[in-house]
Amino acid sequence: MDGLPIAAQDDSWEVAGRRFRSRLIVGTGRYKDLEETGRAIEASGAEIVTVAVRRVNLGDPKAPMLQDYVDPRRYTYLPNTAGCFTAEDAVRTLRLAREAGGWNLVKLEVLGPPPFLYPDMRATFEALEALLKDGFEVMVYCSDDPIAAKRLEEMGAVAVMPLGAPIGSGLGIQNPVMIRSIIENAKVPVLVDAGVGTASDAAIAMELGCDAVLMNSAIAHAKDPVQMARAMKAAVEAGRLSFLAGRMPRQYAADPSSPLAGLIR
Amino acid sequence: MEATIPISVNGEARQVPAAATLADLLAQIGLDIRKVAVERNLEIVPRSRYAETPLAAGDRLEIVHFIGGG
Repeated sequence: MDGLPIAAQDDSWEVAGRRFRSRLIVGTGRYKDLEETGRAIEASGAEIVTVAVRRVNLGDPKAPMLQDYVDPRRYTYLPNTAGCFTAEDAVRTLRLAREAGGWNLVKLEVLGPPPFLYPDMRATFEALEALLKDGFEVMVYCSDDPIAAKRLEEMGAVAVMPLGAPIGSGLGIQNPVMIRSIIENAKVPVLVDAGVGTASDAAIAMELGCDAVLMNSAIAHAKDPVQMARAMKAAVEAGRLSFLAGRMPRQYAADPSSPLAGLIR
Repeated sequence: MEATIPISVNGEARQVPAAATLADLLAQIGLDIRKVAVERNLEIVPRSRYAETPLAAGDRLEIVHFIGGG
């Protein structure tokens, strides 16, 4: 962090009582192999990584596991409910995750059908209610709907995470107005989760005032994932600094940068 | 010959000795128990109780771990 202004060095954020310096959360899926996963995550500077919960392969019990390449003592594992299409499945999955990992901070996502896998908010509300009763601290993937986001917060979600575009689409932030509206009304952290395709998308999300950005495919499916992880780290930092600095006002005419006084005649 | 009972593990049918515990099964499969979680008939079995959890005929076990995901 050398060279950054003091304000940026102190610029941490908090979710569910845990404090983090990095505002980039990365997924651990879709990489070529576990070795590449480990290197890309290291390069991203992320402190939180999302992970999925799946059956172990009984035929190959000694196969390398994610923990061998992404150390859970170094990174905060955020178990997700990817692949769950009902509230019941989501709750069951996260109970197993809590037992496997020993912590209760989780990411809830209950998705609708392909091709958009858009958040199923009715099922999401139902799952959130059950998870909160069971003592989980829940970061919730949600639609870019200010009413839904507010309701999640009021129910007790520790963070709301609207999509910028469909999962894995890489289309960038399609809905800056609604994301901004969610941020302005929220008392819990707001993260853009899903939709980022390239570094400028991450910067845009941060310039809108998000607390952090969550991404997976934008890094894992880049031609060079480790290089893209570095780009995303820089973009999130740049977007955050830009948000804190406060952009100049837009105006629809030129305004010269050099003084007009003292011109030679 | 030792009597065995049928159980299901991650959807696969298996036979285990009638007196086996969950700890015995995990050792037989060869899993590092620090990296997995187990659900028995839809109930989580805490890691501390594997050795004192007997298996019963018809048990349905799910053994899971963390993998890469977004």
